[in-house]
Amino acid sequence: LYGHKIFCKPLGSPLKSSSEHYLLVVLDFCQALRDGNKLAQMEEAPLFPGESIKAIAKDVMYICPFMGAVSGTLTVTDFKMYFKNVERDPHFVLDVPLGVISRVEKIGVQSHGDNSCGIEIVCKDMRNLRLAYKQEEQSRLEIFENLVTQAFPLSNGLVSTEMRRGLPASVCRLLESWLISHLNLRHSQTGEDSCSVLSWIHPESQATITRCSQPLVGPNDKRCKEDEKYLQTIMDANAQSHKLIIFDARQNSVADTNKAKGGGYENESAYPNAELVFLEIHNIHVMRESLRKLKEIVYPSIDEARWLSNVDSTHWLEYIRMLLAGAVRIADKIESGKTSVVVHCSDGWDRTAQLTSLAMLMLDSYYRTIKGFEALIEKEWISFGHRFAMRVGHGDDDHADADRSPIFLQFLDCVWQMTKQFPAAFEFNELFLITILDHLYSCLFGTFLYNCEQERLKEEISTKTVSLWSYINSQLDEFANPFYVNYENHVLYPVASLNHLELWVNYYVRWNPRMRPQMPIHQNLKELLAIRAELQKKVEDLQHEAATRSISSSSDRGSSPSHSATPVRTSV
Amino acid sequence: MRGELLLCEANTVLKCVQEDGSNRGAYGKLICTNFKIAFLGDESASDDNEPEFKNKIIGENDITLHCVDHIYGVYDEKKKSLSGQLKKYPEKLIIYCKDLRVFHFCLRYTKEEEVKRIVSGIVHHSQTPKLLKRLFLFSYAIAAPTNTETQSQTVMFDAIKDWREELERTKGNMKYKVLSANEAYKVSEKLPLYFVVPMSLSEESILQYQGRGIPIWCWSCHNGASLLKMSAFPKEQEDNTSQMHKIFLDGVYKTINKPPYEVLKTDDLSSSLPSLQDIQAAYTRFKQLFLIDNSTDFWDTDVKWFSLLESTNWLEIVRRCLKKAIEVVEYLEGQNTNVLLIEENASDLCCVISSLVQVMMDSHYRTKFGFQSLIQKEWVMGGHCFLDRCNHLRQSDKEEAPVFLLFLDCVWQLVQQYPPAFEFTETYLTVLSDSLYIPIFSTFFFNSPHQKDTNVSGEGHNAQSSHFRFLTVWDWSVQFEPKAQVLLNNPLYVEKPKLDKSQRKTTRFKHQRQLSLPLTQTKSSPKRGFFREETDHFIKNILGKRISKLINSSDELHNNFTEFYDSWHCKPVDFHGLLLPHIEGPGIKVWAQRYLRWIPEAQLLGGGTVATATKILDVIEEVQSLQKKMDEKHSLTVPQSREALPMLRNSARLSSLFPFALLQRHSLKPVLPTSTWKDLEDEDDLAKRDDEFVDLSEVI
Repeated sequence: LYGHKIFCKPLGSPLKSSSEHYLLVVLDFCQALRDGNKLAQMEEAPLFPGESIKAIAKDVMYICPFMGAVSGTLTVTDFKMYFKNVERDPHFVLDVPLGVISRVEKIGVQSHGDNSCGIEIVCKDMRNLRLAYKQEEQSRLEIFENLVTQAFPLSNGLVSTEMRRGLPASVCRLLESWLISHLNLRHSQTGEDSCSVLSWIHPESQATITRCSQPLVGPNDKRCKEDEKYLQTIMDANAQSHKLIIFDARQNSVADTNKAKGGGYENESAYPNAELVFLEIHNIHVMRESLRKLKEIVYPSIDEARWLSNVDSTHWLEYIRMLLAGAVRIADKIESGKTSVVVHCSDGWDRTAQLTSLAMLMLDSYYRTIKGFEALIEKEWISFGHRFAMRVGHGDDDHADADRSPIFLQFLDCVWQMTKQFPAAFEFNELFLITILDHLYSCLFGTFLYNCEQERLKEEISTKTVSLWSYINSQLDEFANPFYVNYENHVLYPVASLNHLELWVNYYVRWNPRMRPQMPIHQNLKELLAIRAELQKKVEDLQHEAATRSISSSSDRGSSPSHSATPVRTSV
Repeated sequence: MRGELLLCEANTVLKCVQEDGSNRGAYGKLICTNFKIAFLGDESASDDNEPEFKNKIIGENDITLHCVDHIYGVYDEKKKSLSGQLKKYPEKLIIYCKDLRVFHFCLRYTKEEEVKRIVSGIVHHSQTPKLLKRLFLFSYAIAAPTNTETQSQTVMFDAIKDWREELERTKGNMKYKVLSANEAYKVSEKLPLYFVVPMSLSEESILQYQGRGIPIWCWSCHNGASLLKMSAFPKEQEDNTSQMHKIFLDGVYKTINKPPYEVLKTDDLSSSLPSLQDIQAAYTRFKQLFLIDNSTDFWDTDVKWFSLLESTNWLEIVRRCLKKAIEVVEYLEGQNTNVLLIEENASDLCCVISSLVQVMMDSHYRTKFGFQSLIQKEWVMGGHCFLDRCNHLRQSDKEEAPVFLLFLDCVWQLVQQYPPAFEFTETYLTVLSDSLYIPIFSTFFFNSPHQKDTNVSGEGHNAQSSHFRFLTVWDWSVQFEPKAQVLLNNPLYVEKPKLDKSQRKTTRFKHQRQLSLPLTQTKSSPKRGFFREETDHFIKNILGKRISKLINSSDELHNNFTEFYDSWHCKPVDFHGLLLPHIEGPGIKVWAQRYLRWIPEAQLLGGGTVATATKILDVIEEVQSLQKKMDEKHSLTVPQSREALPMLRNSARLSSLFPFALLQRHSLKPVLPTSTWKDLEDEDDLAKRDDEFVDLSEVI
């Protein structure tokens, strides 16, 4: 009816003019998403509106590391890879968005006279899939080729047609105006190359978090007048403290190396009243390597006897700890020191984004709500130019690209650690975080496409794609944490200690069927909340009835319990 | 306290607060009695600072003599273990407790005479061997006679009727009978007065070897299969005796291996589980991780946390016990087999495994009274040597092993994995573990029921001693006020429902759908064999080695055990049915409440499980008040009384260590790691690279 197209296909032109119509399309699309899983009996893949099938092959074997080989039908569309076996009860389904695929490889098959063929699919979401099929018929020949072309449109010249899943990074300028209008704050700008942006301001002390890229000091400690003047402005803006703390996310030694290349860090003598602190966090390459090791120990099987030392050897949780510790230091300087801080690393959109957004989560309870967290990602990550396309490698087949790194995943892991430590402080639940990660790779929504705001504007992302937040906000109930209590004005300091951190099993090890979480107590509480809502309604009805009966006492209504009780989130 | 005698004291002692490594603290008096070591502060704490969850027996600054683990003295900044006769007296006393508290007492400002007296007094009374009769237990029982026998719902298993009822409840009474042959402990001093054996076993054979070699009934499953235990014969040098034992055992097996008894599977726990020495060694290493002197200590441990944890081997031992229990469950439930656990005295690992199996299979034992009855049945009456294993008398370190604590840790794993299935909370388990060291309850201070009974009535013929009666730990009102006892009960526990399975199923499925967006089915196929054949064929004919390797490695695991385990985990959980723990690496965790509760660095303000518990209690309370309002029907006249729950109000600033957060942190400043960064040996190369290859020279 609407003919709406998704995953970056252009929407029909009338939609652009009518925002109401667009909203309808979005809602409809979200409905389709929710219903998607319900389509049952057929072997064919359920399709989203606008999705088309590229190849189908029967009698394909999926070699599951947990239950052995399963045979079924494989469908490749321009959005996903879909495998289904209907003989089993319940049906076995494998539904993998192509965006998740990092690498597709043919496995060498020792010849037994057959034309059999194996494919190994390495995914970005911590699993590898192995498929095998006989290569007799023509149609099957196409599977591999189709998978490769559809999964990596960028590398296969499909960009010019429809599948624009991200373009090579061009140097982008940050859209600061958005931030300014968003925060309604004054702010000044220095030179083009070391852009600084104000991220957050303390409502009482006026202490601020400002983020920027490394100053261009260079090997001779060349002083940069603009930078110095700028920092002085930040300091002056905060009446309560005459100091400024500069947090450099990098390791001191690495910053020294950067100096030789023209970058570097602030020379404290040039910045009176400024204190420079190195947070000693490793770079994107170390993180990528750490995640690679993590995948090795969780997929497909776990060595239970050596589990802890294996986790230790990946260093993944140590890096999480360093990030949290850094963010706690930043938050503490703002909160207790009432001192403004400047945060930067080399470029200002990886570690810097992680640190500022974590510090803001600690300081400001707004960001711990669902809407607030969405705004935080939009602001600190998307607008500020975290290079999603480059770090994730959307649609690109160069799986060994050194620019890929799980920076955003690492950030969400830190957030998850915080939700574990403060189970009642966040409005969203674990599923919310997992859903964001799933769609970071799926490319179903426009939210994480491209590298910067400029590219997104050029590609008209906001009209051609649906935002992940529309999908999430259309079913908030699913993503709400029933334990949520609004800790307004409370600063949360997570404990950055390894004995308080744990591996996010429900994300990293979720493909292992043994790792399925038990039914958590959330369910019981949800039922309880439902009972409460029901009772509240009944009491309200009774009161209403009583009030209409005795008109004389109608003035008491202001104290009815429905007003004092906290709103119930379970109502749809 | 009644029966308590002051032995020595010292004034102007400085109790150091661990925080920030500063020398802050409080001055006061350090005393040592025949019951405890206590610090009495000069400034009495202001009333509003009163801890909400208070133990009536053991105060914040009290250490029972049995709770003392190690005592160190500090001489010129050096820590030395204190024991025996002392020649030099330290300037600082550090006491490590068995409940993992650490106390620092600075003696620098105390008179030399007093230092000598208090230090040697404390060392003497807590560290030197003691006679059983000198236990505070007896002084207390004589001084404070409690004649009023409180009717408790906890079954003590000290009467024949208790055993009969248990047999009836589990429907084991068709094949097993209660024996009273051991009345007055004529048969064996290890066995309780009453015990249950297979009906077909002749009385004569039972009496033959003081109860050794006799299968003793623990519990019967709904399908009739039963769990039994047996004390093995000691290894004999003489061929003759061992031959006789063998013949005797063969006879016993023959009797109980034929109908009406199910097929028998025996399991010698001394060979299939770690030894007591291993358990003790692992726990000794493990607890060291939590006995933290100061903040630097904490962060130094933290850097290597996971590796250190693994090297203690404690969690691995917990896992092996749970795994063994699942194996036994599989035999009982899955294969309809009787299981006979064998151990030398059938009173250590037998207790752990048999009670775990019963907790997992019988929801009655997941209620508070049920659990307490289980401990009475398997541990107290089962003759677990609490006195020796806890080394309460300090007579022999060799016998010491935290077997009961191991059991509690295993139960904790189940509680944290399935909170709604248990009527009690982890706090209950924690205070139960603390009660091991409180010598006013008899529960954990004897090696066997025989030892207890002879010490109560045996020697003393005078009228006085026949009077006294020991307290049992199950009378929680002795330790806690009713409002504190609330924290021992799980608010989300739902009693066994009559009919609500349909509801549970639907919610479960909804939940499953949520958890992974790309759907993968987990239910294992009943036709696994078929698929395996298919796979084999497939490997041989079609695929290369790389794929076949993967299939083989996962196939090795498919024995009965894993199949049973996996298929159980695929089904929705029935909290009143069989419960199997997750035992993979990430499933087994550190019992943080017990082990981390005294460490200020480990404290989260506004976080931890207490935050969720508060929310639940809040909602329950609200529902209750709404319900009340509904009942009263005349809604407008009801005053808005929101009765606050005693202690959980205003939770946003409660610490995660609640209810144990006695070491209050004074500032709201965050704790920051002070440990230095570990070097990355192999990744140096990567670490030095830039995030991006932006050529900065161009832009300058």
